[in-house]
Amino acid sequence: METPEQIRDRILARLPGAAVAVVANPGPAAQHSLLLGAAHARDVARLLRDDPGLQLDFCSNVSGVDWLDREIVETTKITAPDPAGGPPKELEQKTKRLQPGYLEVVYHLYSVALRHGPVVLRLRTANRTDLVTLPSLTPVWRSCEFQEREVFDLFGVIFAGHPDLRRILMWDEFRDHPMRKDYVEPDDYEWEPTPHGDVLAKARRHYPAAEPAAAAKQEPKA
Amino acid sequence: MSVSDVSPLSSPPGPNVRAVHDEFHGDLLEVSMGPHHPSTHGVFRMIVTLDGETVTKLKPVFGYLHRNHEKIGENTSYLGSMPYTDRLDYLCSMTNNWAYALAVEKLSGQTVPERAEYLRIILAELTRLLNHTCLAGFLLQDSGASGTPLMYAFREREKILDLFEALSGSRMMCNYQRFGGCRADATPAWLDAARTLTDNYGGFLDEYEELLTGNEILMARTQGIGRLTAKLAIGAGITGPMLRAAGVAYDIRKVDGYGLYPRFNFRVPLGAHGDTYDRYMVRVLEMRESINILRQALRDIPDGPVMDPKAKLRGFRPKPGEAYGRIEGPKGEIGFFLISEGGPNPYRYRVRPPSFINLTILEDLCLGHSVADTVAILGSIDIVLGEVDR
Amino acid sequence: MLGTGLIQGLAVTARNFVGSFHGTKRFVTTQYPEERTKLPEAYRNFPFLVCESADDPMGTLRCVACQICEKECPPQCIYIEKSKDKKPDANGKMQIYPAVFDIDIAVCMSCQICVEVCPFDAIEMDQVFEIAATDRFTGLMMDRHALAKPNGYFHQIHPTQAEEVDSRLAAERLAAEKKAQAAAAAKAAPRPAPAPPAQSPGAPSAQAPKPAAPAA
Repeated sequence: METPEQIRDRILARLPGAAVAVVANPGPAAQHSLLLGAAHARDVARLLRDDPGLQLDFCSNVSGVDWLDREIVETTKITAPDPAGGPPKELEQKTKRLQPGYLEVVYHLYSVALRHGPVVLRLRTANRTDLVTLPSLTPVWRSCEFQEREVFDLFGVIFAGHPDLRRILMWDEFRDHPMRKDYVEPDDYEWEPTPHGDVLAKARRHYPAAEPAAAAKQEPKA
Repeated sequence: MSVSDVSPLSSPPGPNVRAVHDEFHGDLLEVSMGPHHPSTHGVFRMIVTLDGETVTKLKPVFGYLHRNHEKIGENTSYLGSMPYTDRLDYLCSMTNNWAYALAVEKLSGQTVPERAEYLRIILAELTRLLNHTCLAGFLLQDSGASGTPLMYAFREREKILDLFEALSGSRMMCNYQRFGGCRADATPAWLDAARTLTDNYGGFLDEYEELLTGNEILMARTQGIGRLTAKLAIGAGITGPMLRAAGVAYDIRKVDGYGLYPRFNFRVPLGAHGDTYDRYMVRVLEMRESINILRQALRDIPDGPVMDPKAKLRGFRPKPGEAYGRIEGPKGEIGFFLISEGGPNPYRYRVRPPSFINLTILEDLCLGHSVADTVAILGSIDIVLGEVDR
Repeated sequence: MLGTGLIQGLAVTARNFVGSFHGTKRFVTTQYPEERTKLPEAYRNFPFLVCESADDPMGTLRCVACQICEKECPPQCIYIEKSKDKKPDANGKMQIYPAVFDIDIAVCMSCQICVEVCPFDAIEMDQVFEIAATDRFTGLMMDRHALAKPNGYFHQIHPTQAEEVDSRLAAERLAAEKKAQAAAAAKAAPRPAPAPPAQSPGAPSAQAPKPAAPAA
């Protein structure tokens, strides 16, 4: 099984303009992945499937991930001259930068013919709001068909080239995308009050007379 | 020409039956099979367009059992998600637990003691026995053998469930595996009971096969129905007995060699035609191989601890990173993809559900067959809605 | 000959039908509620709180309202409010106790995680399953009075587990007593001259004499 760096080099040898980068995976699992640019993603996928050395003919898993805007603090050491005229001092300078959020789709590929894997691909959208289109890999691996529909349904990623992109788990008229990190669930559906203070407070708005004994002995949690 | 002139129905079409008048194809009937249906293995809906009795289009619709399991996984600790994995494929909770524990152990780099690995294999093979027995029963039940094969299957399944209850406390929702081993040890009495069950199961399977395998009605209803080619199966991500019935020798127990499976001597049955009868026979043969593995495991299980001594129950925070762990569950490849950001809850918790992905080619298999065959084909795919919808 | 498979199958069903009148191999139905199956020891249903004596359940609860089970419970069905005062528990030690301990058994999924994480063996799994109620909300909300059951009952339903818990608690109590005795003996002996090195100079109150050691 080749390392991700070798796979990247093989891809770049055949498709020189493709945007391929290796994303290291910290932690003991060491399943490093390849980040693909959206423009050539389908060509790269076809190459990975048809190349005789890789033959990644089996797409096992397609997951969506939602990354919110993140503030990254970087600490750099700079030397600044001492205003009093002594030797230059080393100071730590913290720079903050905002990494904008994006939606990511992670593909796990295996090979049935050569019995190796996994090779992990990642595709990222430009942002979480309007530029959420990615190329669909369903024409390459049919197993992506239902799973990309699920990523569309729950995250809102639009897959260009998917034969039948519509909601799969939620009903068709549903709005919003439930698996996003900033999804706010509605509190106007019928549910059963559980003992906790904040849940009870929400439920009391809908069931004012349901819990006289419980309401009397419990105060809302701070 | 209106619908009522040519419709064979004696009563006007009801709310779930709609006649579609199409100039070129004559009258097509669109039937909604489900979600309330005794033969769809749960709340599963198929919108079938029929030309007479032949299926011309089939669209599966599911999501009726969607319980946002993945979102709950993001809001619950790693240990707290373990009972929820029981409820994915609710017939096979031990293997779901193992797949999740395997993924977390990959993520955190934990090791599992030998006795725990043997116990996991014993429980996984018992689960495979009960799942395939249930499948044979359900397939026959859906095909119209109203109850008899199913009740025999359930009678034997009860014995396995009694074993699970004695070990983990619960028949179906076992919540038994932990990260780094198993929750409780098996007593020698339990292992003896498991040995007795393994010895007797072969006799039950012989009787069951006498009832079913040579049955002309079963053969007429399932042979040649729903043929799946190997190329389509691999491309569509089909795994499990369905893939092997199409002739592809891909069993994750042999390919990945997780747990201690490389120590065991077992064969992987393959099908020659890829039809419904092959899917049924592959499962029966897999049951015989499972009995073989069980015999070996129960003979060789060593003494020792069942839990990694360094494993923490509370305050478990794996280092940042991600991992994908998969096992050969009875229905196919069940995998978990976890992303950790160093906190007590996973950042992303994804289940790779075999039943969901095996449904990709349902339409391909059913086209051209009659509506009664649809039920048999769906039965042989072996879906559980808890896993399809999560 | 066409039909042999069917005839074989009929023979199997006939064998099962006749066999069900002779012995339990083929007749496996338990005539509930007149007969009941013997449940295995490990069987679990909903949790209960262990109290040391049946005469004073609220006063001898092992639970000290640490709220660990509340945090670890996956569907969050446990609700605990700590007491404001301390009461002596079964061993005479002053502990806070749960003023409110509710489990909503309509939500509880019997996963047993609360039992695993409890550091005081105060909550264990019960085996009663015939607890249907007519009111969906208050009827299925069990408060601490309904949940408290004595240790003798725990011995009845889970004998092996109860033995193990009792012996472990007794060993811990013995170790704590020995430690207290050793500390009292060290205090009674003539004190070595300098103060312990970990003391910071600006903490005079740390040197104040401790209250009299309890009688061992």
